[in-house]
Amino acid sequence: MSPQVLIDGIIAGSTIGLGAIGLTLTYSILRFANFTHGDFLAWGAYLTLTVSGFLGGLLAGLGIGDPLGPFSFGWGLPVSLLAGMALTVLLTLGLDKVLFGRLRRRGADAIIIVMASFGASMALRSLLEFIFTANPAYFTRELQIAQKIGMGMRATPDQMLTVGLTAVLVIALHVFVTRSSTGRAMRAVSENPGLAGVYGLDVQQVIRVTWIIGAALACVAGVMSGLLVQIRPYMGFDLLLPLFAAAILGGIGSIPGAMLGGLIIGLAEAVTVQVVGAEWRAGVAFVVLVLVLILRPSGLFGRRV
Amino acid sequence: MSLLRLRDFSAGYETDLPIVKHVDMDISRGEAVCILGPNGAGKSTLIKAIAGQVRCLGGSVHLADDDITNAPSHALARRGLGFVPQTENIFTQMTIRENMQIAAELLPKARRADQMQRLFDMFPDLKARPNTLAGALSGGQRQMLAAARALLTVPEVLILDEPSAGLSPKLVGQVFETLRQIRAAGVTLVLVEQNVRAALDLTERAVVLVDGRLAHDGPTDVLRDGKLLGELFLGSRHAEVVA
Amino acid sequence: MEYLAYGAFFLTIAMTYALICLGLNVQWGQTGLFNVGVAAFVGAGAYTSGLFTTPAVVDRLGGFDLPIWVGWIAAALVGGVLSFLVGALTIRMRTDYLAITTFGIAITLQLAFQNLEGLTGGVFGMSFIPRAFGDLQGRSIAFNLSNFALAAAMVFAVYLLLQHLMRSPWGRLLRAVREDETAAQSMGKNPVSLRLQAFVLGGAIMGLAGAVQAHFIGFIAPGNYLPMMTFQVWAMLIVGGSGNNRGAILGAVLVWAIWALSGSIISEIFPADQQARAASLQIVVIGVMLCLILLWRPQGILPEARTSSRHLGKRPDKGPKP
Repeated sequence: MSPQVLIDGIIAGSTIGLGAIGLTLTYSILRFANFTHGDFLAWGAYLTLTVSGFLGGLLAGLGIGDPLGPFSFGWGLPVSLLAGMALTVLLTLGLDKVLFGRLRRRGADAIIIVMASFGASMALRSLLEFIFTANPAYFTRELQIAQKIGMGMRATPDQMLTVGLTAVLVIALHVFVTRSSTGRAMRAVSENPGLAGVYGLDVQQVIRVTWIIGAALACVAGVMSGLLVQIRPYMGFDLLLPLFAAAILGGIGSIPGAMLGGLIIGLAEAVTVQVVGAEWRAGVAFVVLVLVLILRPSGLFGRRV
Repeated sequence: MSLLRLRDFSAGYETDLPIVKHVDMDISRGEAVCILGPNGAGKSTLIKAIAGQVRCLGGSVHLADDDITNAPSHALARRGLGFVPQTENIFTQMTIRENMQIAAELLPKARRADQMQRLFDMFPDLKARPNTLAGALSGGQRQMLAAARALLTVPEVLILDEPSAGLSPKLVGQVFETLRQIRAAGVTLVLVEQNVRAALDLTERAVVLVDGRLAHDGPTDVLRDGKLLGELFLGSRHAEVVA
Repeated sequence: MEYLAYGAFFLTIAMTYALICLGLNVQWGQTGLFNVGVAAFVGAGAYTSGLFTTPAVVDRLGGFDLPIWVGWIAAALVGGVLSFLVGALTIRMRTDYLAITTFGIAITLQLAFQNLEGLTGGVFGMSFIPRAFGDLQGRSIAFNLSNFALAAAMVFAVYLLLQHLMRSPWGRLLRAVREDETAAQSMGKNPVSLRLQAFVLGGAIMGLAGAVQAHFIGFIAPGNYLPMMTFQVWAMLIVGGSGNNRGAILGAVLVWAIWALSGSIISEIFPADQQARAASLQIVVIGVMLCLILLWRPQGILPEARTSSRHLGKRPDKGPKP
């Protein structure tokens, strides 16, 4: 096995981990398995792509549209990413308002909300396919050369950037959740929403914050995947099983757990691609999921099932 | 004017099945009231409904001048209504200090540190180990933390649901000692309690619910010999309740 | 006359979906188990039956040329065994773990259908699956009508079986477990094993349905068993009325009709090169419909008789939820 597997796994695992963090947060605070989360990644990527399409011409006109340093993209992408994140947040808050929030208020069981998320997921994904067609899209056509990074491994500057960005985001979020009062409120609601209200916490507000964090990270993960691979309407759906497996492997509610779970799944996929064959890649997450459920259903850092 | 005012108050889990029926009640500032009644009379449902945990199906509750009928529980906490549920009343996966910090958010920033210090001084057991996970505390200590958390925000009225339930006799003594301190500090208290004798000793007024309706409301001393209570609770349950 | 043949064809397909729906209704409607991998169980049944009944072929295993009814039985068994494995792993855990695991098995089996060429024929699938009343194939009306009669008879038989089961003590227990697990437990019943039994029964019916469908169409490929199918079947059950077996059948016919109709409207309106794209609108419509029904009429067109399902969240809430 070549050491390149390690770097491939970490790169794929970064995207999975970032997506899984949002999933694990909504799972522990809103208490349902959200099947639309994968589609938030895809919508994030397409929304960013749309903004960057508008912006691209503008920046080129201003003469600052050229790629930044060693990277394949110019200023347009980071700026559109911010806009894309904001739009993805609006999408999730809107969906919570018209669908999930209504069901919650009616006192529907978690499993009904899961089902609604399944229906919404199909609708959202197909809507992407209708608007943008099934053909893949790209943020950039620039060619990137993989550079030697030691021990026989290679990575492109874009790939290294995404890994670095992931690390920064995860550490920042971890500090936020463990140290800030908002983070404390999130942990409180995740343990017992009823009691959180008694303590004076506005649970609806905490739920909004959770959607905002989850959607923003989903957008980043979607854009990263779109930048390194391609953008397709089904990209989020294909990532959904790895996201769930990573969240459960890490332990529902644990941010470091979700990240670590993502990296493990990414590595397992990279190994599988090399040892067994690329056609079985999509089955890896399922194998990991089954193993976790058999060996340690509460996950690596999980508190309860 | 009364601090807490219930008018024709009905509450329950299902719209067509009220458990608490048409209760009128006035509680003044500084009063301590215990709510008594046989099992299933709706005592817990009554206070949970006041605290926003169970839906009010009819009538109204006012806290001073504010209509708080069916207000969400976080708004009630902010308005000065402290509630301590019977079970699951602390965040077990957080430390003692974190439990206090969450509650302290309701106070203006400047007062938080002082107020936490004051409460820790009142509960030396908690002060000794603020970084312990609340889940590691004993039953009595949990009730203390729950009370401390509720008192931290200086509520206008503190409502407790069976604070001594499930505790050993020694811990029951501890809990009531704590409640006496709170009482002495002039906090308006409303509690549901199975331990009738201790409750009657602590409070000056008792409200008796039978089958969801108000059956008696008056000073505690007339109930102390148990005779009237026995009649109210309908004979057979007499022994069980007063024991 | 063409219309009659088409009508029979349409209804036969609808009947196979009705069969799947009945299986799902045992799992969801009666027991409250959320299976997001319906397509996997249907596909497993279809491939199993294909393996047993197709004539011998050179480039893949199987082709045992056995009678159709052997294929049916094998399909039901495989559907049941697969459900048992998934259920045994997850039913004792929180409810949505079953959903995630069944979702996973759907993706994994789909992959297996595609990649295990020696067993499944790979992306090209299996052809020459023997069709019931195959000797009538030249006369499309007779062929379609007799197949419709067969499929309808299957649906009717399964319907009677389920109605009988649901009225039996076993069925009452199942609903008791769904409504109030602790109460059922205190009666000395093991809710995990009851749920597992229901999950296996439902899975076996789905496997059987897959075989019936395969033997009617005569050809299967991995593309038939996409998550799309799971989604359609769910829409059928929720529209028809979960918990009600007649609702399951009605929902299957109705949603299949909406599907077929919207498909033909799209092919009329949109130019050929835009049709694939427009077809995704069909899915959007069904997805939105599913959500609207969950919001406005969770009990579906034909609600469950007697007990209204508490898990649909119909009753007023117990205290404020987040």
